[in-house]
Amino acid sequence: MAKYVIKRLLGIIPTMFIIITLSFFIVRVAPGGPFDGEKVLPEVVKRNIEAKYHMDEPLLKQYGRYILGILEGDLGPSYKYKDHDVNYFIGNSLPNSMILGTIAMCLAVLFGVTFGILAAVNQNSWVDYLSMGLAVIGISIPLFVICPVLQLVFAMKLHWLPTSGWFKSGDSWATVVLPSVALSFSYFANIARLMRSSMLETLRSDYIRTAKAKGMKRSTIIFKHAMKGALLPIVSYLGPAFAGIITGSVVVEQVFRVPGLGKFFVQSSFNRDYTLIVGVVLVYSMILVAMNFIVDVVYSFLDPRISYQ
Amino acid sequence: MIDKNSKVILDVKGLKTYFKTDAGIVKAVDGIDFTVHQGETLGIVGESGCGKSVTNLSVMRLIQSPPGKTVAGEVMFQETDLLKISEAEMRNVRGNKISMIFQDPMTSLNPFLKISTQMIETIRLHEKNVSKAEALSRSIEMLKKVGIPGAEKRIFCYPHQFSGGMRQRVMIAMALSCNANLLIADEPTTALDVTIQAQILELIQKVNVEMKTAVILITHDLGVVAGMCDNVCVMYAGKIVEKAPTDKIYKFPAHPYTEGLIQSVPRMDKSGEKGKLFSIEGQPPNVIDLPPCCAFHPRCHKAIEGLCSRCNPPTHMLDEDHEVTCWLYGTDQEKSAALKEADARQASKEASK
Repeated sequence: MAKYVIKRLLGIIPTMFIIITLSFFIVRVAPGGPFDGEKVLPEVVKRNIEAKYHMDEPLLKQYGRYILGILEGDLGPSYKYKDHDVNYFIGNSLPNSMILGTIAMCLAVLFGVTFGILAAVNQNSWVDYLSMGLAVIGISIPLFVICPVLQLVFAMKLHWLPTSGWFKSGDSWATVVLPSVALSFSYFANIARLMRSSMLETLRSDYIRTAKAKGMKRSTIIFKHAMKGALLPIVSYLGPAFAGIITGSVVVEQVFRVPGLGKFFVQSSFNRDYTLIVGVVLVYSMILVAMNFIVDVVYSFLDPRISYQ
Repeated sequence: MIDKNSKVILDVKGLKTYFKTDAGIVKAVDGIDFTVHQGETLGIVGESGCGKSVTNLSVMRLIQSPPGKTVAGEVMFQETDLLKISEAEMRNVRGNKISMIFQDPMTSLNPFLKISTQMIETIRLHEKNVSKAEALSRSIEMLKKVGIPGAEKRIFCYPHQFSGGMRQRVMIAMALSCNANLLIADEPTTALDVTIQAQILELIQKVNVEMKTAVILITHDLGVVAGMCDNVCVMYAGKIVEKAPTDKIYKFPAHPYTEGLIQSVPRMDKSGEKGKLFSIEGQPPNVIDLPPCCAFHPRCHKAIEGLCSRCNPPTHMLDEDHEVTCWLYGTDQEKSAALKEADARQASKEASK
């Protein structure tokens, strides 16, 4: 197992190198550049700016400089925001997205798994229809509808919670509630549906019939005999989903004024802010690769048939 | 072998289990009776889909409902009707007084739990005052009894670390860990290869003799029945068509279906014409909305024109312990009465149109 872990961790290095290289060159292929605005800059000014950001050097030299920077933990300066570098943006926004994403994911897993199991063990009853109805709503209503509706009901009408803000920016802790609920909705829906179908499948398997024939109680059968097997698909879903949710959501962050990472995915592309684009891509893929690794490790704990060498 | 006076431990009367499907009602088990005596081995034989497994799952009340439901009948086990007791009482019967082993040992053990966990939980479930350590040593004892080498260590393994035959041994050990009175073995050797089959059957026989456990052996293999069972029930389309002690069934098969089954067992000493293996023509019927007639008549070479296709065959005792349900043994009186009834049924059907 230890050997496997080391092997996998070492495997991350070439993966990341390829991702960085590809994104470094691809973003520069796109038309336009960070300093092309509506107002055409005088040639001299433009040359000066480019010299400051080393953009006058050959591309390969720029690439080498960038890679060396990354090895030192420096993701480079932002081309759009003067006086700020990429480390600053990511360092400030990623923790916020992570807090929000983690809370949302916990909610999604808690309710998703619960509703999924309830639906499966009460198949074709009102519990099942209610859970799956909620799940369909969660999947089909887009975030930009869910967010304002939540604000309208819980902030404007009921006055239970603040409409927007973020506790780190001096607002109350209650600001966390609405964005995390909104963010968790579609994940909850997916988890509930996955959980239901995998639990149903597990409950129909031969070894559950054996457990019944041994005289086990229904609750013991569900939690001791069926749970582990039924959780496997959820775990594989959670890996990439978690990577997605903690790197932020543009819509939720915009609507609830959360200073998260999500908006940089969009903004940096519009701005052709090369270093910032590659920076967020790098962060996202780092997390994704790490999550997949964790999924594999969790798998080996859940399923004794899986062992890594 | 059993002696004639031993106690009846299971008495099934008029058991009917139906499944509701979109295509209609499937009468998987349609009114069957049989008894099992203490220490007896009863064989239930028939083709796939004839209701063998459903019969025994009904006895255990393990039919998935919906769509299945046991609609009528009585399952008397040690003076209680299993169909009438509560679910909690039934749980106390399952795995404790009646145990089951299943066809596919590869999938019948929980792959996520150690053998020790699965065995200990069974013992402690039915005998609350047994400590974990005690249950463990008893489980190891059981595994030794069924011939698992190195049971002290192997018990902490997961099912995937065992071969198919070993897993079936584990299943048997688990099924017997509470000293059940009745063991239902649902095609216990179908998924195993032939050499292992013989070992597992021998083991079941040993259990039957040493522990005086009655056994219901469900199989489609008449060779297995011949070597193992005291009595045999032959099932066809949800009904028992012939019931007799094993030697009588082989020597004097009364039902044409039984005859066909016996002839289709390959034998080294008697090959059919040109060495061809006999097979019963045709397919078993679809048991959805069967008309009142002998379900076997389309495949029967002895079918009586106009009778077998229209009337339900009567049940006759050929001997004190040989029962057959076939028109070949019907009296003229029965035949004419049945035909009259069939005419009346047809007339009323036409009238209602």
